Amino acid sequence: MTAALFPATAGRRTKPSSKKSADQRAAWGMVAPSVLLIGLFGLVPVAWSVVLSFQHSDLQTPATWAGTSNYRELMHDPVFRESIRHTVVYTVLFVPITLVCSLLVAAALNRRLRGISLYRLAVFVPVVTSTVATGVIFSWLLDPDYGIVNALLDKVGLPQSGFFSSPDSALYTMVAMTTWGWVGFGALIFLAGLQSIPQDLVEAAQIDGCTRTRAFWLIQVPLMRPIIGFMLVWLTINALQLFDEVYVTTKGGPLHATTVVVYYLYQQAFVYFHAGYAAAIACLLFVAILVITVIQIRVSRDRDLDPSG
Amino acid sequence: MARSLRLRAPSPWHLVLLPLALVMLVPLIWMLVTSLSTLAETHRFPPGLPSSLHWESYAQAWNDSPLAHWLLNSTIVSVTCVVSNLVLCSLAGYAFARIPFAGSRLLFLGILATLMVPFQVVMIPTLLIVKQLGLVDSLPALIVPNLVTPFGIYLLRQFFLSLPAELEEAATIDGAGRVRILFSILLPLMGPPLSTVAVLTFLQVWNDFLWPLVVTSSPETMTVQLGLASFQSAHFTNWPVLMASTLLSQLPVLLLFLFGQRYFVRSIATTGIK
Repeated sequence: MTAALFPATAGRRTKPSSKKSADQRAAWGMVAPSVLLIGLFGLVPVAWSVVLSFQHSDLQTPATWAGTSNYRELMHDPVFRESIRHTVVYTVLFVPITLVCSLLVAAALNRRLRGISLYRLAVFVPVVTSTVATGVIFSWLLDPDYGIVNALLDKVGLPQSGFFSSPDSALYTMVAMTTWGWVGFGALIFLAGLQSIPQDLVEAAQIDGCTRTRAFWLIQVPLMRPIIGFMLVWLTINALQLFDEVYVTTKGGPLHATTVVVYYLYQQAFVYFHAGYAAAIACLLFVAILVITVIQIRVSRDRDLDPSG
Repeated sequence: MARSLRLRAPSPWHLVLLPLALVMLVPLIWMLVTSLSTLAETHRFPPGLPSSLHWESYAQAWNDSPLAHWLLNSTIVSVTCVVSNLVLCSLAGYAFARIPFAGSRLLFLGILATLMVPFQVVMIPTLLIVKQLGLVDSLPALIVPNLVTPFGIYLLRQFFLSLPAELEEAATIDGAGRVRILFSILLPLMGPPLSTVAVLTFLQVWNDFLWPLVVTSSPETMTVQLGLASFQSAHFTNWPVLMASTLLSQLPVLLLFLFGQRYFVRSIATTGIK
């Protein structure tokens, strides 16, 4: 794989050596700023995180050695366990819901129609809306007393909900809100994918008596498998990193109902100043993300190679 | 003939698309409606439209908080990061694609590896590094970690690989240096990938919340996202003012998006990054 990444360079060997060393210097000069910055803010912190997870640190005084005590404590920390459970529940709901909604929305947007560009604009606007703004706006829409959503539920005769203020509904409300924020992004990617599929494939199937709906599920969706696989990985990684929306809407509450892993990590590091403990959470999170990414890439690659699948 | 008939009759798909568009837009429309209501009008059930347009909340949002200052901070940080990403990613991307130099493969793989690391995992050491540099709670602290993104280097390297080498060979024979080739011959061709790097960097830095939250503490250095969050805790139930400030904080990106929709959509669609 690495051979393909780097173009053959044999043709340049004939150049005079002074030119070659000038090239070397130029190349190093060109990559040096990026390499230094990425080394300092990309690689050093990874190693430091690992070291820190075996230390006690309050971010102010020098860190002291802790051995494996951070990890051992984590295993018996009920809030950490709860935060894992919330993150898993959130991810298991958010990823498939967002994936399917994005796919359906992309299918609906993939047609020539008067005003279609306005519909697309409406769907894409949440993509550029910040997570903080999303959180603030939804706190108001979902306000239990004066919010418009409860008013609508009331009007159609459905029971009202406490949404973020009730421990029973807070996590599901989080799923719904973040789905709103991500469907536009998913639809945008899937729409680009649908448009790259040659139209005559679908038309040929329709001539053979296939309905558009069947053609969508049997032809277009399978052809988009690599894009769907990518979205699956991307949504999962982002779901495991949920933080901004929790901070803005519920601060992990009520009764820890929305304390997800990264929120707990943040609290441990910057509220309680247990930076070593938080670093241990970060390392476990990193391993989880790596494992899930590798598994998902493997699975989707195997399916792509399997002609019957 | 069938075609012209189809054009004339409104498609049944409008019945699907219109509610869909409404669901996506209602949160933003309700933000606008609330920002124009009085405080009393937001404390009634069921909620309704304001009796007349009350613009006071905008004045209050603007005067009660350093919103203008936060917007300025966000602009300084975002624009600096965009410019520096354009320059540094071009330089590095070009060198990795075109110049065979010792250590090139190792360095590039190292840069690719950092793409796999989520920021949440490294934020504590990043803060400690910034602290060592003496930058905590300053605008440079917000800028420095975002001066160059591995993804930008990767993207531009792929672009340079797709260009024919003949483009540069004539210039090389004429004795032009590498940097000169990059900026005078290749730059004019780099519109699409550079706009992608610019759009993605801007969105990421402008909307970033966690890093500003961790590294800044005083209102003078806050970005608009962090400012909005702190404003929310201070004006917890004053929804008209809160909605007005949310709208003002989103306005620059919304306007950029409306005018540059083509670039935004293409940038995100081709790279799959939000």
